[in-house]
Amino acid sequence: MAPTLMATGNAAGSDLARLRRDFPILRQSVHGHPLVYLDNAATSQKPRQVVQAEADFSVLENANVHRGVHSLSQRATSRYDGARERVRAFVNAGHCDEIVLTAGTTAGINLIAQSYGGSVLRQGDEILLTEMEHHSNIVPWQLIAGRTGARIRVLPVTDRGELDLSRLPELLSTRTRIVAVTHVSNVLGTVNPILEIAALARAAGAVTVVDGAQAVPHFPVDVQTLGADFYVASGHKMYGPTGIGFLYGRRELLEAMPPWQGGGGMIQRVSFEETSYAPVPARFEAGTPPIAQAVGLAAAIDYLSALDWAQLRGHEDGLVAQAAERIAEIPGYRLIGTAPTRVGALSFVLEGVHPHDVGTVLDLRGIAVRASHHCAQPLMRRFGITGTVRASFAMYNTLDDVDALVAGLREVRQVFGG
Amino acid sequence: MSDPSELYQSVILDHNRAPRNYREMPEASAQAEGYNPMCGDQLKVWLRLDGDRIVDVSFQGSGCAISKASASLMTTAVKGKTPAEVEHLFQRFQRMVTGQDSGQAEQDELPARLVVFAGVREFPSRVKCATLSWHALRSALGGGRERPGPGGG
Repeated sequence: MAPTLMATGNAAGSDLARLRRDFPILRQSVHGHPLVYLDNAATSQKPRQVVQAEADFSVLENANVHRGVHSLSQRATSRYDGARERVRAFVNAGHCDEIVLTAGTTAGINLIAQSYGGSVLRQGDEILLTEMEHHSNIVPWQLIAGRTGARIRVLPVTDRGELDLSRLPELLSTRTRIVAVTHVSNVLGTVNPILEIAALARAAGAVTVVDGAQAVPHFPVDVQTLGADFYVASGHKMYGPTGIGFLYGRRELLEAMPPWQGGGGMIQRVSFEETSYAPVPARFEAGTPPIAQAVGLAAAIDYLSALDWAQLRGHEDGLVAQAAERIAEIPGYRLIGTAPTRVGALSFVLEGVHPHDVGTVLDLRGIAVRASHHCAQPLMRRFGITGTVRASFAMYNTLDDVDALVAGLREVRQVFGG
Repeated sequence: MSDPSELYQSVILDHNRAPRNYREMPEASAQAEGYNPMCGDQLKVWLRLDGDRIVDVSFQGSGCAISKASASLMTTAVKGKTPAEVEHLFQRFQRMVTGQDSGQAEQDELPARLVVFAGVREFPSRVKCATLSWHALRSALGGGRERPGPGGG
């Protein structure tokens, strides 16, 4: 049982301190200061349970899956299929066959774009994206639009950093086939109303593809309740390994989709004249999959599942709120994204100081933030900026981390004036 | 290094606040743009040649303090130089910011105003900021066109 989190916990002497002991990477110094890791939206740290699970698999159980009659291969297969079942339960999909294990969110979106998009899109059809998408939920659609003659349309973002839903009815046309939207903005932290968007998309005859990479580490996701047709995420942003992620797809959609990549493991019968393909989800898992990483992902899900989601969310929201309130005292601070429903990330600019310079001065104090366009250049243009500083929080962050961030930003002001 | 002022020396902060030769040059004989896809920094460099000498050089753009100050100081360092001399300066400068130079003696051969960027070597992710304007200048001079760096996120 993982320790519980106190909403206002400091690192010392609390359950939070116990939880932090699961993340040995946090106990190190950077430039002579204790590491303050606030780049969780880029990648989160792994608890020792995840690292151990991956290592144990590699040391004791490694074999290829779905191939061998020998015992080790059967154990590996059962661990791999076990990971799929954990993912299914994690997002409450109706059936394991609806879960494709992928290399990550980007791979998942590319799979949907190429396979689903490639088979349904016709000249003049429309793909509706939003202005807050990560490049990985823009570029795959541009690639398939270019090949099929489909058009890309864009749902705008309001000044507060929310999707302008008032524009949705007019942008959803009889030609809309796909609506691709992020569940949580990786820049603004805005939580989008997927339930509402998916319902409107469905009524217009379109499927909804949800990028859940920034959502799954922060709150429970139920794909059936949401009504999302596709839902994708990455292991490494939810305390799991890199190189593994998952794609949920409604069964009848997946079953009608052609393979994307060919290879071993995704076939039924092969001759040089003709090949028949394996049923889903194997059809979409060509080649030897990242098995140890899948085992690590299962361990990350186990770790998250042992926590109390409400407590976790309360803890993280408390940190973001504290940080937002205290950074506001710094001269020239401007918060980018002020939606009432936000999670995880806090993006801001400091007038007269480039985000990169903020990032470097903070790094010298051991504080890791991201300073860039966050792979969301259209959103940067929407706000008339080239980049932001983003502090993004995870379960193991503390009020001490917020203190360090605020002190670091005061130092930025000292160095650059203003 | 843990003191920001070792990297952000007062000369750099001064040129960031008030960049020199920060203007367009309609009468330029050559120009080129520099773009860093990692961070979105972009700048444009103009220059005017008289025979084989750079008689005027200017820049404009948006970027961090390192890239802006480096562009500004570069313009003050290359005026009056020939393309070959610029190339020599650039090679020395690049060796310094990437930590490949042989030390103080080699740095002493660079103008003091460029040596203020020596601290950049501690920050591999910032080397591109310091060299962005130099790459643009070399490109405007017709040489040194290099393959683009890795893509941004």
